[in-house]
Amino acid sequence: MTAVSMTVNGKAVTADVEPRTLLVQYIREKLRLTGTHVGCDTSQCGACVVHVDGLAVKSCTVLAVQAEGAEVLTIEGLARDGKLHPVQEAFREHHGLQCGFCTPGMIMTAVDMIRRHPGGLEEKTIRAELEGNLCRCTGYHNIVKAIEAASQTLQHREAAE
Amino acid sequence: MYQFTYHRPASLADAEKLFTGADDPKFLGGGQTLIPTLKQRLASPSDVIDLAAIPELSGIVAASGAVAIGAGTRHADVAASAEVRKAIPALADLAGWIGDPLVRHRGTIGGSIANADPSADYPAAVVALNATIYTTKRAIAADAFFTGMFETALQPGEIVTKIVFPVAEKAGYEKFRNPASRYAIVGVFVARTASGVRVAVTGAAPSVFRQTEMETALAKSFTPEAIAGIKVPADGLNADLHATAEYRAHLVTVMARRAVARALG
Repeated sequence: MTAVSMTVNGKAVTADVEPRTLLVQYIREKLRLTGTHVGCDTSQCGACVVHVDGLAVKSCTVLAVQAEGAEVLTIEGLARDGKLHPVQEAFREHHGLQCGFCTPGMIMTAVDMIRRHPGGLEEKTIRAELEGNLCRCTGYHNIVKAIEAASQTLQHREAAE
Repeated sequence: MYQFTYHRPASLADAEKLFTGADDPKFLGGGQTLIPTLKQRLASPSDVIDLAAIPELSGIVAASGAVAIGAGTRHADVAASAEVRKAIPALADLAGWIGDPLVRHRGTIGGSIANADPSADYPAAVVALNATIYTTKRAIAADAFFTGMFETALQPGEIVTKIVFPVAEKAGYEKFRNPASRYAIVGVFVARTASGVRVAVTGAAPSVFRQTEMETALAKSFTPEAIAGIKVPADGLNADLHATAEYRAHLVTVMARRAVARALG
């Protein structure tokens, strides 16, 4: 067993884990944060996307011990004071989900994508940036619309500040 | 995944010491290949030595006609680097086409070339740009580095520290990618420098290789038309459920033509 400490959604956590424990297993099974999903478990689908030190990664392809000392953000950490994050709000508004299984990963990828494109996002860029996230229900159309809208909301918000 | 002991050394010296003292150790870069391999139980190292906390392995330095990229540099950082974009735009393009944005946030250049996957993108740039691979023991020329499928000139315990890419006059990369894995079914990197033209092909054969017939033709005339008529033999090329050897041979010429067009911008 190896001791590992990190911050998850702003809260310091420490645990003894087997080195072979995946970050997603640690998050779901130890911390009981089950919003992060496991879809394919082979780095393809992106249902397991979380942020590690501000970067979106596939938590099924990261060991928990590799996140030693890191700041981890999961879908549960996005809403503030009972209010949805603008990207979550946009997915609801634009019906960016059907079964919802891929949604946590889609949203975490979208938040990262918007952060990396402060000048705004075109549909083409959004579609290219979604390469690592698979949705098997909706055909992406409303997901793309939701991300486009959230990007605009966040840009306006920044301009207003 | 089988059990292993995990180490996170803070220096190259410590990493080497850990390697020497372990039974069947493996170095871990960004883990985007090694972790899936471990999950499938295709590897069972006794010790995994994570190189992520070693400061000597990070950083991009552009100076005097070359770009030096630390082995621990992630694909996303190469793709987003203003220095790389300015000096060798084709290299920034290549890094930005590896996997997907999430994979690019973890995978490293050193890990990619040390693994030497036959379909990986970086080996094409390393060979076409005639880069030098620096390790904890020596400097290795690109032509001597990749020795076969998942095989390199690296000795056990030897760690890639940085890759130095000479700046090209013109360079371009094009790949025909597998839409699921985003690996190159065939990828071709072309580079023209003061010392000539080099054409490196990845994905087509067990290991990256130079297409010398195209190099000769492009040295005379650096245009897509100069190589349009070159027929690449299918002998020895990879064949799998994604593409036959003949199809890959055909793609080499198509990708090379497009790479030259891209290099000419």
